[in-house]
Amino acid sequence: MKVDLTKIDQMIDKYSSEEDVPYISILQDINDEYRYLPEEALHRVSKKLAVSMSQLYSLATFYKCFSLVPKGKHEVQVCMGTACHVRGAPRILEKVCQGFKVSPGKTSEDGEFSLETVNCVGACALGPLVVMDGKYHGKLTLNKIGKLMGGYHEKEDN
Amino acid sequence: MKKKITSPWDLEILRESIKENRVSGKPCVSVCCGTGCMASGALEVLSSFKSLLKQKGLDFQLDTKLTGCHGFCEQGPLVVITPGDILYCRVQEEDVEEIIEKTIIKDEIIERLSYVEPVSGKQIIKEHDVPFYKKQYRLLMANNGKLVPTEIEDYMALGGYSALKKVLENMTPKQVISEIKTSNLRGRGGGGFPTGVKWQSCFNAPGDPKYLICNADEGDPGCFQDRSILEGNPHSVLEGMIIGAYAVGANQGYIYVRREYPLAIENFGQAIEQAKEYGLLGEGIMGMDFNFNVKINRGGGAFVCGESSASIASIEGKVGEPRDKHTHATEKGLWDKPTVLNNVKTWATVPIIMEKGAEWFASIGTEKSKGTMIFSLTGKVNNTGLAEVPMGMSLRELVFDIGGGVPNGKKLKAVQTGGPSGGCIPENLLDLPVDYEKLSEAGSMMGSGGLIVMDEDTCMVDVAKYFLSFTKDESCGSCFSCREGITRMQEMIDDITRGKSSLEQLELLKELAQVVKDTSMCGLGQTCGNPILSTIRYFEEEYLAHIVEKKCPAGVCRDLISFSIDSELCTGCGRCLKNCPVEAIQGEKKEPHVILEDQCTKCGICREVCKFDAVIKI
Ligand SMILES: Cc1cc2nc3c(=O)[nH]c(=O)nc-3n(C[C@H](O)[C@H](O)[C@H](O)COP(=O)(O)O)c2cc1C
Ligand code: FES
Repeated sequence: MKVDLTKIDQMIDKYSSEEDVPYISILQDINDEYRYLPEEALHRVSKKLAVSMSQLYSLATFYKCFSLVPKGKHEVQVCMGTACHVRGAPRILEKVCQGFKVSPGKTSEDGEFSLETVNCVGACALGPLVVMDGKYHGKLTLNKIGKLMGGYHEKEDN
Repeated sequence: MKKKITSPWDLEILRESIKENRVSGKPCVSVCCGTGCMASGALEVLSSFKSLLKQKGLDFQLDTKLTGCHGFCEQGPLVVITPGDILYCRVQEEDVEEIIEKTIIKDEIIERLSYVEPVSGKQIIKEHDVPFYKKQYRLLMANNGKLVPTEIEDYMALGGYSALKKVLENMTPKQVISEIKTSNLRGRGGGGFPTGVKWQSCFNAPGDPKYLICNADEGDPGCFQDRSILEGNPHSVLEGMIIGAYAVGANQGYIYVRREYPLAIENFGQAIEQAKEYGLLGEGIMGMDFNFNVKINRGGGAFVCGESSASIASIEGKVGEPRDKHTHATEKGLWDKPTVLNNVKTWATVPIIMEKGAEWFASIGTEKSKGTMIFSLTGKVNNTGLAEVPMGMSLRELVFDIGGGVPNGKKLKAVQTGGPSGGCIPENLLDLPVDYEKLSEAGSMMGSGGLIVMDEDTCMVDVAKYFLSFTKDESCGSCFSCREGITRMQEMIDDITRGKSSLEQLELLKELAQVVKDTSMCGLGQTCGNPILSTIRYFEEEYLAHIVEKKCPAGVCRDLISFSIDSELCTGCGRCLKNCPVEAIQGEKKEPHVILEDQCTKCGICREVCKFDAVIKI
């Protein structure tokens, strides 16, 4: 994806009137837009706000919400929180890894799926639970998750 | 454009006019739109109500309301119809027409949608008769099902902002602090530090400006009460913050919300905007000489950022690493200025105390823990959801009377409280009344109110291992004992679950857990040993089974169990063979299948998919 630097400038300007320039919020906005932090964008932030690249990288690697590599077409989050864990989340994760051919923290080779494990999304009553492209799928069984993944593969085939 | 409130009196006039416009006695359908219900299709139900009512020309005689989380999440989407207080559970789009035709027009009950009590099998029609709610004492959650979170007028109609009015009109900051002190409110974020004392030291601290922070990071896995309050009743938190700012003398507040909670961020953001429009935030609040603003900061997905000094660092735009606590945040917090930081529930409790009085609040609860606590009841329990109860209720009442007990006739083994900082409490201690001290004495913690029920199929060693891998992932790594200690403990506990440990190792593990507790800088390291120590304390025999007999009694730890197929029961249907991820199952159609032991990864999928119970676990 090409990085539109005027857009990055707008994202920075949105906050620059504030005395406490929130670097993290700016990076979050960039990450929301591109679903990762493109290097060019980081350079722009560094230059405009006179903050070192190393400081930006330290933020980008510390916080889990940032990615330094592009994400797959679909983002899959498997909840590994305690409530989901006691209701069988590890096996759901296994099945997702196998079905989408991807391991946690990675993107599948065909660039389709990025998988992330999260610790509780606050919908514990529905555990075990997977969030696919922002949509919650709860009360999963191996059967249900299988069907759900099947749906995604079919869409790809069409 | 809303008319700005320029005096406390203005607020009352506004409230009266809101109420007057509403006294129509209209029947109302409320659809719970908390995250749980939304995930099960609540928005579709709501829009189907709206369009069908319009089609039938009924929309002028009926209100449809999208409300916050009622807390009874397992049964969602929930629909409550007033008058009559009729509760329908697991409502789907297809049910809406029938509800309108039968219940709304003809006053008939649709049995199929009513709640059935899991233990007694009794059908319950009215929301307030549901045992899950009956034993609760809802203060913070009371209005969640009654108001539309994105409408400030709804909050006002129910008495919202009258605590702020009372404070600004009649009280000095000192009086507010003294009221909070008298109430004995303790912070709901985990540690239970007295809120009034915290405010007092921020008030006394020299330095200008002062800041105020609402901690909405809710990092404990298994907890969702902060989320539910922020989504369902954001103004209650905001009102508490404004009162707090007046008391300690802060003009700028921050709320640090985790990014996993988009709806909470959205609803709180709207609350801020509406409060500004009415002049309840900004310059000269209610015409007084008092200015206060609130900004939202989204968290970055790091658990340790819930720790107070780490969240301060994160708001400052830095890496969220905790600092040592030689100087308190109340003296040198955000940008080294005096800062008061409290949890969402703590802030939401403030207006209630100011409204009803400190004495009243202090009359609820136990000697040292006052008021109510909201628990997230999850795990192996029938009624999963949020339960707000007076401090001092026993765990047994919580799990059995409110939670409806353990599903599928299984036996309860333990209750885990306090998240990764807490511990596991065994069945024989369930009569323990919950408060901060009692839970600590039992080797656990109140934490932010997570309560995870575990049944006989849960392996306690595996649970301890789970929490260790959690804290290992989340440790910021800046202090040695936490970084290296957790890694070593994890290796040791991993050996136990593989049957490769010894009794000496177990002793060493206990010792190490204690050392990490004693020598870490922040709360994460100081408490990460609790899940291990408490499980060893109460479930030592389960550890010994793993170590000495090389067995996992609950049948969870993979290296200590094996699967095989009962050839009598197997029909050769091929389901297991098709589902096995590693091709460890062989067999011809209609012939009994077998599992190749050396290829089997013991994932248990075959057992779950078998329709004939032919796969056995030893
Ligand atoms: C590792 C760690 C994580 C924490 N996470 C949270 C959190 O998510 N929410 C919260 O309110 N407090 C959390 N706390 C407690 C805070 O440090 C702090 O004590 C609390 O927010 C103070 O508010 P209170 O006085 O209202 O309880 C955490 C503490 C530690 C050590
Ligand atoms: S533990 Fe999975 S949603 Fe809370």
